[in-house]
Amino acid sequence: MTAHATSLACGQKISQETRQEIRHERGQRAVFCGLTGIVWLHRKIQDAFFLVVGSRTCAHLIQSAAGVMIFAEPRFATAIIEERDLAGLADAHEELDRVVRRLLERRPDIKLLFLVGSCPSEVIKLDLGRAAARLSGDFAPDVRVLSYSGSGIETTFTQGEDACLAALVPDLTRSTDESLLVVGALADVVEDQFSRLFADLGIANVRFLPGRRAADRAPIGPNARYLLAQPFLADTARALEDRGVTRIPAPFPLGAEGTTLWLAAAASAFGIPPARVVAVTEAGRARAARALQAHRAALSGRRVFFFPDSQLEVPLARFLSREMGAELIEVGTPYLHRAHLAEDLALLPDGTAVTEGQSLDDQLDRCRAARPDLTVCGLGLANPLEAEDLPTKWSIELLFTPIQGYEQAGDLAGLFTRPLARRARLEA
Amino acid sequence: MQLTLWTYEGPPHIGAMRVATAMRGLHYVLHAPQGDTYADLLFTMIERHGARPPVTYTTFQARDLGADTAEIFKQAVAAAYERFRPQAMIVGASCTAELLQDDPAGLSRALGLPIPVIPLELPAYQKKENWGASETFYRLVRMLAGPPAETRPKASCNILGPTSLGFRHRDDLREVRGLLGELGIAVNVVAPLGATPADLGRLSEAAFNLVLYPEVARSAAQWLERTHGQPFVETAPIGVKGTTAFIEAVATLAGIDPSPVLSGEGSRLPWYSRSVDSTYLTGKRVFVFGDATHAVAAARVAAREIGFSVVGLGTYSREFAREVRAEAAHHGIEALVTDDYLAVEAAITAAQPELVLGTQMERHIAKRLGIPCAVISAPMHVQDVPARHAPQMGFEGANVLFDTFVHPLMMGLEEHLLAMFRDDPEFHDGVAPSHLGGRPREEAGTVVAAPVTATAPVVWSIEAERELKKVPFFVRGKARHNTERFARERALPLITVETLYDAKAHFSR
Repeated sequence: MTAHATSLACGQKISQETRQEIRHERGQRAVFCGLTGIVWLHRKIQDAFFLVVGSRTCAHLIQSAAGVMIFAEPRFATAIIEERDLAGLADAHEELDRVVRRLLERRPDIKLLFLVGSCPSEVIKLDLGRAAARLSGDFAPDVRVLSYSGSGIETTFTQGEDACLAALVPDLTRSTDESLLVVGALADVVEDQFSRLFADLGIANVRFLPGRRAADRAPIGPNARYLLAQPFLADTARALEDRGVTRIPAPFPLGAEGTTLWLAAAASAFGIPPARVVAVTEAGRARAARALQAHRAALSGRRVFFFPDSQLEVPLARFLSREMGAELIEVGTPYLHRAHLAEDLALLPDGTAVTEGQSLDDQLDRCRAARPDLTVCGLGLANPLEAEDLPTKWSIELLFTPIQGYEQAGDLAGLFTRPLARRARLEA
Repeated sequence: MQLTLWTYEGPPHIGAMRVATAMRGLHYVLHAPQGDTYADLLFTMIERHGARPPVTYTTFQARDLGADTAEIFKQAVAAAYERFRPQAMIVGASCTAELLQDDPAGLSRALGLPIPVIPLELPAYQKKENWGASETFYRLVRMLAGPPAETRPKASCNILGPTSLGFRHRDDLREVRGLLGELGIAVNVVAPLGATPADLGRLSEAAFNLVLYPEVARSAAQWLERTHGQPFVETAPIGVKGTTAFIEAVATLAGIDPSPVLSGEGSRLPWYSRSVDSTYLTGKRVFVFGDATHAVAAARVAAREIGFSVVGLGTYSREFAREVRAEAAHHGIEALVTDDYLAVEAAITAAQPELVLGTQMERHIAKRLGIPCAVISAPMHVQDVPARHAPQMGFEGANVLFDTFVHPLMMGLEEHLLAMFRDDPEFHDGVAPSHLGGRPREEAGTVVAAPVTATAPVVWSIEAERELKKVPFFVRGKARHNTERFARERALPLITVETLYDAKAHFSR
């Protein structure tokens, strides 16, 4: 871990200059829409319900993305728009009120209801913001009702979380106290680990967005700073900045190096000396190093190809290349936020091929031609590539599995080595 | 607007994808936003396809709405033709693109491609997946079936209906082919599964059609009957009786004697049902819900071949409500025709069955109510695509059904032992059967308390409630149900110990 120990010592100076070859591609995309975020967000905010206002396709998508249909009584549902709603035979707002009433009668445990916009609700310009305000009035103080769009014409996969968190920002309370807001859904166990690390660093007043319960409304204001835990939160960041909160630029906390730089960036913003960071993170870094060591042989020199999917691709590629010694063939990402990803981009090897956007069949051609050792892709593509003898890691698991922080660095590496180890077993 | 927790069917374009993915040499261009590409995983994950479905999505975005989504569609059709060179294409819109009214039919016609391009009108806000599959298959057959053939061997047929993501279609097809082989009937074309557009051109060369799944193939078969004079058989070869009726119907059309096949080895189901271990299955109360074909067949097999009592029968296939209502009448009950998961849940709760035969959704409901359940119908789950051969149809299918229906229940001997040792500490009524995890059983009373029926609630006296607790737990639900029904029918305001035993006497016929 000398590399990042050095960068720590020289005050986390990372070149902001990107030396990557960033290409843009337009064509058929193979990605989920933002509605998919509901699948992990409803697990995170434990008394929230997500009501999609959309079509049967939306309901079918969430059901399929939840995949196994494991949640017997899910905290998500769809209000399916029907012909009579479109033909103006029924007043869409009255219909929505009726559906929400039925829902809340059934689930008195719900404290926060999200009305989630979809492609059809956007195209017919159904004003869910207005509906949310009206319903909030009707159900106050028991239930707050907010709205955001998870539509596929506006959001790609993880951008649904961005839209959801951005909708929560105006709802946060106001304070002029100095504080740190960690932004982006993390597993509870990861949050708890980070809380302990921030406390040990001496940063008081650390809150997370989203909170675990609807009532957890972190106080923010001009003396608050925010630290992104996920790379896909452009709108949330803008909403926080509108409320005077300042961003702490940092790479994302994936892998040991990413975690150290992320913590160090926060520490530096709060005036905590680098020596303290080194001391506080020492045990975590050592454990992560041991855990990663076990996986390095399997990944070192392996050629990896990323299809665009979660927007986690750039930090993941940085982790695989710098900490695991993998070679990056192509790093596809649906959308590249240059400011939020500047630190990660700077750490990619010179000349890494980064592709923003997608043209599916062309990208499949490139992937087949390159015959990577590991392809990171969405669920729809994984089995077809496996059938062509190309090992894959399907990327939605990267959203469901705790992968951030020191204690999860080994698990993160394990997600990439498991497909390879599995092949080795079956071919032995 | 309809509040939906789970959907039994996807939108109609998913039905079109099931047809396109089943076929070879056909490509589907779907005007749809990027999120709709989730549909790929239904095929690649649930059914473990080793190739992407033959579908190109236009994946337009918000910024395209102000510009020209029609142009994006045209480019996608042209590019898909260049890349995949299919024999034929189908084109259409998903729910969002339907609102844009870009006219996929006209746009694709304007390209003047040298292959048949079949436009699909699948109204996403009215219709659902099975209707979409049926409509797509009908349009394909209409467009591609050749003129009526001059000569048709009498003992030849087409098999219509199997698709991708159909419940056990793969295995049913093998069974039905086997039966036809034994009968000496030639299979001309199987479609959609495995057929090319060119194969559809040969449909008219067969004497008649077999419709395995009316949900998918009835419209096409009716059209072929009307225009090509091909009769069709729609008897579902599910269960021993169903399979026998199917063989007889097919043999009649082919002019063949079915008796050699009918006197063959057949199924183990009849003997397994008669063997004494199955005595405990008598009159088990079963609730059946699924697509029309599988629900009706399951109810028949349950009642006539296994000896259960069908206490509930329903379907989410509104198009086939008539058939399901007719079957329900045979069981003296009213059919539940709904695609509202909450309504199904309420009906199951009210009926207090001992076994649920349903879809993955009913599996959820049954799990919550602590009732054993077997899955008999789509919507598809990865578990519904087993590695082994597990048909629903034919004699082997009947064997599978016996196992499927019976295994979730306690084995007969185990039930006897439970009754004999019911006061034993390990068997006391606070413990659920070991195969259900042995967790403490919820009081049946908490289930019944839900106000799920329109009828007035009946009140139990404390003594009667105490007496009821002495009834072995595995029949207590039935005793409660029967007593309440007895009390309601006689408008008794209060259930006493007397009422409990009056009801017991009344129902022990």
